[in-house]
Amino acid sequence: MPQTVFAPWDDPAEKPLIQFKGVTKRFGDFTAIDNIDLDIYAREFFALLGPSGCGKTTLMRMLAGFETPTEGKILLSGQDIGPVPPNQRAVNMMFQSYALFPHLTIWDNIAFGLRREGRDKAAIEARVEEMLKLTRLAKFAKRKPHQISGGQRQRVALARSLAKAPKLLLLDEPLGALDRKLREETQFELMDIQEKTGTTFVIVTHDQEEAMTVASRVAVMDEGKLMQVSTPDAIYEAPSSVYVADFIGDVNIIEGKAHQTGTKLQIDWAEGQPALSATTTKNFDLGQTCYMAIRPEKIAISADRPSGANVLQGEILDIAYLGNISTYHVKLPTGHVIKAQQANTRRISRREFTWEDKVWISWTDTAAVVLAQ
Amino acid sequence: MRRLILIAIPYLWLLALFLIPFLIVVKISLSDTALARPPYFPQLDLATGWQGFVDFLRELDFENFTFLTTDDLYWKAYLSSLKIALISTALTLLVGFPIAYAMARAPEEWRPTLMMLVILPFWTSFLIRVYSWMGILSQGGLLNSFLLWLGLISEPLTILNTDTAVYIGIVYTYLPFMILPVYAALEKLDGSLLEAAEDLGCSRTSAFWLITVPLSKQGVIAGCFLVFIPAMGEFVIPSLLGGSQTLMIGKVLYEEFFSNRDWPVASAVAVVLLLILIIPIVLFQRNEQKQRESEG
Repeated sequence: MPQTVFAPWDDPAEKPLIQFKGVTKRFGDFTAIDNIDLDIYAREFFALLGPSGCGKTTLMRMLAGFETPTEGKILLSGQDIGPVPPNQRAVNMMFQSYALFPHLTIWDNIAFGLRREGRDKAAIEARVEEMLKLTRLAKFAKRKPHQISGGQRQRVALARSLAKAPKLLLLDEPLGALDRKLREETQFELMDIQEKTGTTFVIVTHDQEEAMTVASRVAVMDEGKLMQVSTPDAIYEAPSSVYVADFIGDVNIIEGKAHQTGTKLQIDWAEGQPALSATTTKNFDLGQTCYMAIRPEKIAISADRPSGANVLQGEILDIAYLGNISTYHVKLPTGHVIKAQQANTRRISRREFTWEDKVWISWTDTAAVVLAQ
Repeated sequence: MRRLILIAIPYLWLLALFLIPFLIVVKISLSDTALARPPYFPQLDLATGWQGFVDFLRELDFENFTFLTTDDLYWKAYLSSLKIALISTALTLLVGFPIAYAMARAPEEWRPTLMMLVILPFWTSFLIRVYSWMGILSQGGLLNSFLLWLGLISEPLTILNTDTAVYIGIVYTYLPFMILPVYAALEKLDGSLLEAAEDLGCSRTSAFWLITVPLSKQGVIAGCFLVFIPAMGEFVIPSLLGGSQTLMIGKVLYEEFFSNRDWPVASAVAVVLLLILIIPIVLFQRNEQKQRESEG
């Protein structure tokens, strides 16, 4: 039986869990969030991605109730949550600093929210034990936060925010304080827990790899605006703007003038050079400025002239050796520097190319995305 | 060797400036009063050698301590001091905590100024500040004239030379000792803890009681000890602002020394006061150590 793909955003019958409707937030003269419309669906793992100061944290704090929109509405299950204070929202947040209560044990930290609900003792105990098991913390229940490691603290923060079984869990840079290896492990753990509990997660991060790994959809933000909201693969393979293409991963951008016939596009990009060719579904006016965005791993590098849609000759300027792959910086006679990547399938001593070698780079006409802005 | 010297310095300091004077006071407290100079007997004369020292020890007794139990003035003064010190510590906390809280919550650029304002009174002599309270609290003083002018009272209130004036004086004098440690504790408090508490269902008020209060506990305890210990032996404030009926052990001590010239009894009073104060001092030290451990 084929598994159905989880994509509620493509289903017009599906009702979003959260709706931002024309939301603007200003702090004095500064506009942190600029007229945003956004739908987030139940059971999604939604990532807000952007550089620091782009407004992603403000957006999250509005969901938690710590900030109120200057204009517009935020709906949770169809209800306007603007006037609802944070302590009455079915939303919990995991703080960047974890914000564990230092005077309480791990057990009491997790039980904190449940006690405020006034549940009976047995129910609280059962729920805390369940959370401790879920986050593999049972051994540390009696300890204080300063007596456990950073990774364990992160899991306590997660357990505490999940204990009340919120409709929506907000995670503010949840893995920022962990080292790389632990971060990668924890990413998968987060996805696992999200799947097990069926909670909707909204994560704020500036780490694009993290967003791509964990999220069902990613919203790329810049200066208070949503640049693109899409699945990780769509954001990577079909960015809607040069900003998004540049923000996510490595990319070569070649500026030129468009000359379109049907889906075929010829791009005049440099004096005396043959036009580059690409396919597109968009429409460009004759002579319109356009940008060809091509990922380094989609560019082949060879010693002999290959046949193909786009073939250029250049000289190797720099080599970045990353172990599994190498990135070659190839300087073209026009002055452009193009990055091309190759997997290091052979040992480094048998590498084909070295500095100042004349090489050919090539890519097919479907490898690049052509963008108007 | 270097370590030994480093450790020896503070110990020599304590020996010279605390232990030796204390032993001298203990020695006087065990002597008898005499019309002489110095006004007590026996005197230790090292020229008489070992036999003289033994004779000297034989003359010492606990007579003065027994005397303290026979006259009810002394234990009443101790109890009264204890009461005044406890009440004024509580009052100082009541006044100091909100001030420290407001300072910790103030915008960061204001905090040094506010801190300065708390410390500023220390730049004037303590005596002058207590004297100026006499001017404020007396029958024709500033406070009474102001209240009369407002029409709140028709006759001047008697505040000066009462216990109330003593409380005002102690709270005013020791307020910075309460504010500073409490402020230090509150300032360290991470604002996101309060947000987390609210996020988990606390109201602002319950977040204050469940998070702010327990996390500033160490500062409050430190502040209370810093006020309680000196207030217990306070002498200047009750003698300037208090009335004849204000009984405090510091005042009794002063009278024994300077009016009665009964050094041995005065020393006995001082030794007992110190023994009473050792209990809170030990508790204070233990609190400090616990705090260091929990932070380490």
